[in-house]
Amino acid sequence: MQKIMVAVKRVVDYNVRVRVKPDGSGVVTDGVKMSINPFDEIALEEALRIRERGEAEEVIVVSIGASDCQQQLRTGLAMGADRAILVETGDRLEPLAAAQVLLKLIERESPELVILGKQAIDDDNSQTGQMLAALWDRPQATFASKLELTDGKATVTREVDAGLEVIEVDLPAVVTTDLRLNEPRYVKLPDIMKAKKKPLDTVPLADLGVGTDAQFKITNYAPPEQRQKGIMVEDVAGLVKALKDKGLV
Amino acid sequence: MSKILIIAEHDGTSLNPATAKTLSCALDFKADSVDIAVFAASGEAVAKQAAALTGVNRVLQIDNAANEHPLAAVLAPQVARLAADYTHVLGPSTTFGKDLMPRVAALLGVGQLSDIMEVRGSHEFRRPIYAGNAVITVEAPSDRTLVATVRVASYQAAAEGGSAKVEALSVDAQLPDHTRFGELRGGSSDRPDLQSAARVVSGGRALGSAEKFELIFGLADKIGAAVGASRAAVDAGYVPNELQVGQTGKIIAPELYIAIGISGAIQHLTGIKDAGTIVAINKDGEAPIFEVADIGLVGDLFQIIPELEAALG
Repeated sequence: MQKIMVAVKRVVDYNVRVRVKPDGSGVVTDGVKMSINPFDEIALEEALRIRERGEAEEVIVVSIGASDCQQQLRTGLAMGADRAILVETGDRLEPLAAAQVLLKLIERESPELVILGKQAIDDDNSQTGQMLAALWDRPQATFASKLELTDGKATVTREVDAGLEVIEVDLPAVVTTDLRLNEPRYVKLPDIMKAKKKPLDTVPLADLGVGTDAQFKITNYAPPEQRQKGIMVEDVAGLVKALKDKGLV
Repeated sequence: MSKILIIAEHDGTSLNPATAKTLSCALDFKADSVDIAVFAASGEAVAKQAAALTGVNRVLQIDNAANEHPLAAVLAPQVARLAADYTHVLGPSTTFGKDLMPRVAALLGVGQLSDIMEVRGSHEFRRPIYAGNAVITVEAPSDRTLVATVRVASYQAAAEGGSAKVEALSVDAQLPDHTRFGELRGGSSDRPDLQSAARVVSGGRALGSAEKFELIFGLADKIGAAVGASRAAVDAGYVPNELQVGQTGKIIAPELYIAIGISGAIQHLTGIKDAGTIVAINKDGEAPIFEVADIGLVGDLFQIIPELEAALG
């Protein structure tokens, strides 16, 4: 296959404990560490491994967002992507708009495979890959934990609630990644230096003709209800008594 | 006027409890009608179970050989066709619903709302983001179909005792052949289902091996509980993926949750915050799991589990 396209989202790093602003207008992101969405990192790693096995020629990493998304694309290039495209916008895109933008890039690049994370850990929506597949009128294989390519087809093992489901899809197709697909590589310093020379194209969102008007209006952000800290017991007898007092055993 | 369509989740013979929980959410809309659609190769038995839930007006049974397995690419065009008659289309926020509903929404050219945890009005909802570290209030547009998934851990299953009419239906939609079902592995267990069990015993990395994880299974069997696991235990290969509880695994709400050898990463805690009572057993008294536990016990799990089993015997 010629090309694999991987979409990555810049999100608050998964180690950051996200807090809601006191006025309920959003969450605190000032000065917070930002990273590639972990599932998207797995998506990129998978694409790189496919290329390294000689089953693909080129890996293109793309993102949508403000100019600071270039940091995450540079990380993607340092991991080994061949080139990067940033669709630049200051607006916050809902998944449907993101899928419409990605479809425009697909029309330009004609990849045979598009890999994304199964969800972004900020909005936890889990929608973009499925929507992209629908708009592209192509198969989707979501929550992948194993991906095999053979003559124009992908055999994908999916992590579903009932266990592992295996499906076969014709290429081109959209795959979204689950945790156990692979373990992404660490980026080494020389790779970061090399990545600076790799091409990173910027396309203004306006050039793609995709509207960004939000369909959903967020009117308030609130911290979750906290569970109260309970009691500590000394031993198993104490535990059993506490359970009995609550009528649980 | 609100008309809601729920897409049933099932395995061909039994209705998944997630459907009855989605129905509970739908009933909070105070809609004019709530219908359930059963897509199957032969959905009579499942349709009958759906019709027995209270609050359902009609069950639509769409039999088609292509619907034998729940492939989103095959189901979505059919759901999109049915959606024309409804104001809302809901599915459970399970792997089934998460796979299907965004595809339906995109075919309809509308956005999708994920993980409804509270209905405030026909177009106003609350949902969690950032692994449950924030809860947002969202207003959806009322001039188009609302496609959404329901966070099933936030709802009790709707009661049985209804007798809705079942209508056989054929849906005229072009179905793709680019996606083919292969097989489904795992999942066959005599133990209670993790997502709907009243009691769950979960183990973490501290168990140390798949062999030692058997201790968790033993305790669970003793009290008739389902078995869960932390991501670390699944990643380490102690148990299969379908047992993972947390942000990217299953979000559950049992009456009793016993976490053993689980430190309590935020991603795990988001999966259990609706549990009735949380019991934590861990050798590290500083573990974050104790911040949310109703009953905590610090100690060596390899001593505690046999003692607990004996005490409960």
